[in-house]
Amino acid sequence: MTIPYLSIVGLIPLLGALIVAMSAQKAGRILALIFSLISLGYTVALVAYMKMAAISVKESLPWLPAVGSSYSLDLDGMGLVMVLVTVLLVPTVLIAEWKTGVGETGRFSSKTFVALVLLVSSFSLFTFMSFDLLIFYVFFEATLIPMYFLIGGWGGAKRGQAAAKFLIFGLAGGLIMLFGVIGTTVLSARTGQISLGFVELGAMTFHPTWVTHLIFVSFFVAFALKAPMVPAHIWLPDAAEETTPGGAALMVGILDKLGTFGMIRICIGIFPVEAKWATPVILVLALVSIFYGAFAAIGSKNLMRLIAYTSISHFGFMVMCIFAMTSQSISGAIFYMVNHALATGALYLVVGYLIYRRGSMDVRHFGGVNKVAPLAAGFTLIAGLACCALPGTSPFVSEFMAIAGTWSRYPVIAAIAVPGTVLAAVYILWTYQRMMTGSVTEATQKHITSDLSWRERLALIPLVVAFLVLGFYPQPALDEIAVTTQYYMVAADMTDPEALVEGER
Amino acid sequence: MTLYEFSTPQLDYFLLTPFLIVLGVACLGILVEAFWPRKGRFLVQLILGVLGLGCALTVLVLHWGISGLADPSRMPATGPYADSMVSGTVMVDGPAQGFWLILLGFALIAIIGFAERRIHSGATAFTPSAASVPGSHAETEATNEGLTHSEVFPLAIFALAGGMLLVAANDLLVLFVAIEILSLPLYVMVGLARYRRVVSQEASLKYFLLGAMASAVLLFGVAFLFGYAGSFNYTALAGGVTFTAGGDALLLVGLGLVLIGLLFKIGAVPFHSWVPDVYQGAPTPVTAFMSIVTKTAAVGGFLRLFYSGLGGMRWTWQPVLAGVGLLTIAVGVLLAINQNDIKRVLAYSAISHAGFILIPLVGASSTVALGGLTGPSSVASIMFYLIAYGFAALGAFAIVTLVRTQGREATTLEAWAGLGRQHWLVSVILMIFLLSMAGIPLTAGFVGKYVAFVSAWQGGFWWLALAGVLLAVIAVYLYIRVIQVMFFREATDETAELATPGVGTWIVLVICLLGTLGFGLVPGPLLDLLQAVSQFLLPAAL
Repeated sequence: MTIPYLSIVGLIPLLGALIVAMSAQKAGRILALIFSLISLGYTVALVAYMKMAAISVKESLPWLPAVGSSYSLDLDGMGLVMVLVTVLLVPTVLIAEWKTGVGETGRFSSKTFVALVLLVSSFSLFTFMSFDLLIFYVFFEATLIPMYFLIGGWGGAKRGQAAAKFLIFGLAGGLIMLFGVIGTTVLSARTGQISLGFVELGAMTFHPTWVTHLIFVSFFVAFALKAPMVPAHIWLPDAAEETTPGGAALMVGILDKLGTFGMIRICIGIFPVEAKWATPVILVLALVSIFYGAFAAIGSKNLMRLIAYTSISHFGFMVMCIFAMTSQSISGAIFYMVNHALATGALYLVVGYLIYRRGSMDVRHFGGVNKVAPLAAGFTLIAGLACCALPGTSPFVSEFMAIAGTWSRYPVIAAIAVPGTVLAAVYILWTYQRMMTGSVTEATQKHITSDLSWRERLALIPLVVAFLVLGFYPQPALDEIAVTTQYYMVAADMTDPEALVEGER
Repeated sequence: MTLYEFSTPQLDYFLLTPFLIVLGVACLGILVEAFWPRKGRFLVQLILGVLGLGCALTVLVLHWGISGLADPSRMPATGPYADSMVSGTVMVDGPAQGFWLILLGFALIAIIGFAERRIHSGATAFTPSAASVPGSHAETEATNEGLTHSEVFPLAIFALAGGMLLVAANDLLVLFVAIEILSLPLYVMVGLARYRRVVSQEASLKYFLLGAMASAVLLFGVAFLFGYAGSFNYTALAGGVTFTAGGDALLLVGLGLVLIGLLFKIGAVPFHSWVPDVYQGAPTPVTAFMSIVTKTAAVGGFLRLFYSGLGGMRWTWQPVLAGVGLLTIAVGVLLAINQNDIKRVLAYSAISHAGFILIPLVGASSTVALGGLTGPSSVASIMFYLIAYGFAALGAFAIVTLVRTQGREATTLEAWAGLGRQHWLVSVILMIFLLSMAGIPLTAGFVGKYVAFVSAWQGGFWWLALAGVLLAVIAVYLYIRVIQVMFFREATDETAELATPGVGTWIVLVICLLGTLGFGLVPGPLLDLLQAVSQFLLPAAL
């Protein structure tokens, strides 16, 4: 019997969640941390083994044979980088939120928090690894329930409503996608070789009718709700504001990536003809997201909402690159997904530390923090600059690839998008200026009495190291991603446009 | 052979055994009720019921083993199932056996739930003296003496027998008789609640009056169809339909009236008005029994009549049922959102599920007829949907019996506020049942909805699948509302207590939870099995 290497990747956090749920209240968070580290160690070891031994870890078992669905997992380049970033982010979130739910009244316990974090990570890992449409859908939807409790169980006063809003938007998107899944099943059945595997579906050609276009739209709407694009973004700022910083890091860093991930896997991989048909509209929506998110972030007074809005802007970039469909832009989008998870995750965590100290999310309630807590201010600056793609951090690489890749096919769109990066610098630096610089305000003096503790630093360092290393040496990740990109370029039947300007001979 | 000539019916006792066992157990239950001393009667009835149904289930499974039905590769187009039974009036073919399995399994779980006595501090959920006037001296006396009556067991088993006959009925008169056997015991069972006797009796009376009306309409329709086909038999009916291609007034009127009678039993709009009142008034274990057993039986009978007998009229009834199905979901969901009583919420949700079941029914896609087209057949999808719904509904109603204030069930949503904080395990279990009803992945309910919509689309009704999915989005809100109240609303003085469940309720909860999650995680084998038994057979013309 072959060892189900990939199933184990997803099962470790799942098992951890069950054990934590049954454990004593105090042991919960330690057990959870141990399981998340095992998950990290195992995954890294597995990836190293996979690369060195050059083996295939594909798994496939019949799941619902009547519709040709099988439980099949595999890791391609895109799945691999997303799996790695997930297992890296989870322990940092657990360390950062070490005190959440401890001794609080009116909130759920700390044990529940860590168990839910592990559940979210398990279901996300399965989604990133699934190579079957139905299995993908099952885990895609399953992530919603633990995240719903993560938002509703801890955090602000209106967390109940925010959680319900998150869940209703999520489930609505999911059911809209269900229409697409059902339609794809029927299309696949009509070819006579029913199968829901991504590879098999990609090899089938569906005669484009307006029903296939409708199916594409249902998938796209579902993914646009997930990776929130204007106008389907309204749930995200509320959810981010009401949840804990760690919860927000997971939600924006990992869960929302499922949307852009799905766009590549399904919208491009299975319905390329329809994707090209919809490209003009999607590119415009992406531009709207870029600027709407950026301006909303500049105008936002609430730090958690501010970071959520910056993410909407970044998701606009990713979607633009995906649908520009050049090999550079798709690679850029995938790499962007990784970097955004790292940078925004770090930013949420460090800003979260300051919010816990100050007891307020309002930017105006801070001031002069770099005098009293220089480390916190420094980490905020590094994470923030990574968010606005400073050269030397990995988001710079992906943002450059994104815009350059888009430029080669749609120069006008790319040119319009470029000021978005300038706005990014505005919202990050202006926020930094208001919070950290200037004279120390009375409120800051009173509330922010300590700089980052060792525990808090420990949570940030892996993320910062990751985006710095990838910023200077992105090649290994890009090599992995390039394989996936090539597959989807072929699936979409697209070739890179010739360079417009010929070099001198 | 003329119709009025009497000939000895041919009975295949081997195939009929499960049905005969159930009927026998019901009769035996009546005798126990009459002759066993009061002391210990309840226990004897329980053991008799559980053993009897267990026996019937075992025999049924053995049949499947012997005939190789459990082998998905075998299509039961020939073999013993092609034979008619009881002179062609009863068919024990694949779908009949599939529905029998569902009916027997869920009836068994529901009957175990009847036995719960611990949460009522030693008493059952049923009135000690059903015949006495509510609030009368006689009733108080019976309560004070701590009497328990056990007539609910034989009644439920009789209803089950009626249901089993209904899904195998291949003859309009047998259909009618089976519906009556199913309904009459239910009318009584609804009136048996221990508390809120007047509400319970009112529900019983409403159910009886409306049910009798529906039966009359059904019988009227049967008369028209007889007038058209010259026979009560589905084979003759199908033959007649083929020849006239469905333009005959007698046929259309008959079809319409029979449809009304059956839609009433399913609880579809616009014949749904009895459902909330009856579900609310009935003792909760009886509500649980009705929610799945009655629905399964009615859907089974409906399927056979419309696929087998009136299949040639497909183009006539498909649009009607498509409209009825969508309307049923919409009405069920929209009215449920405003309810403030958990039993009424579940009742309206039951109405919406009747609508979701009609969607694959309209699709009428079969694995065989479309020649090699793979994908779930309508009958298999409906069976899967019913199984998923059954586990969720039985489990949810079992939890409703646990949430109590001052010894009575607390069914208002206010009483449920904050329950998730204090009793997280039971609340999480209920949440899983509700998510299954909403069709969220990792539960059986999701697979049920998915295959149901796929088979509707395969039958050519893609717009029906689209409308169904959109309505399912609205339906989600109704379940989230309950979850939200349980977990994210602060507990108040009105918040109910959670009674400690006895063994019976625990068994029900565990089985339902395992079923909901098990068939959500590993649905393949069950669906394959149901696919193999999803082909209706018509006996050769008489």
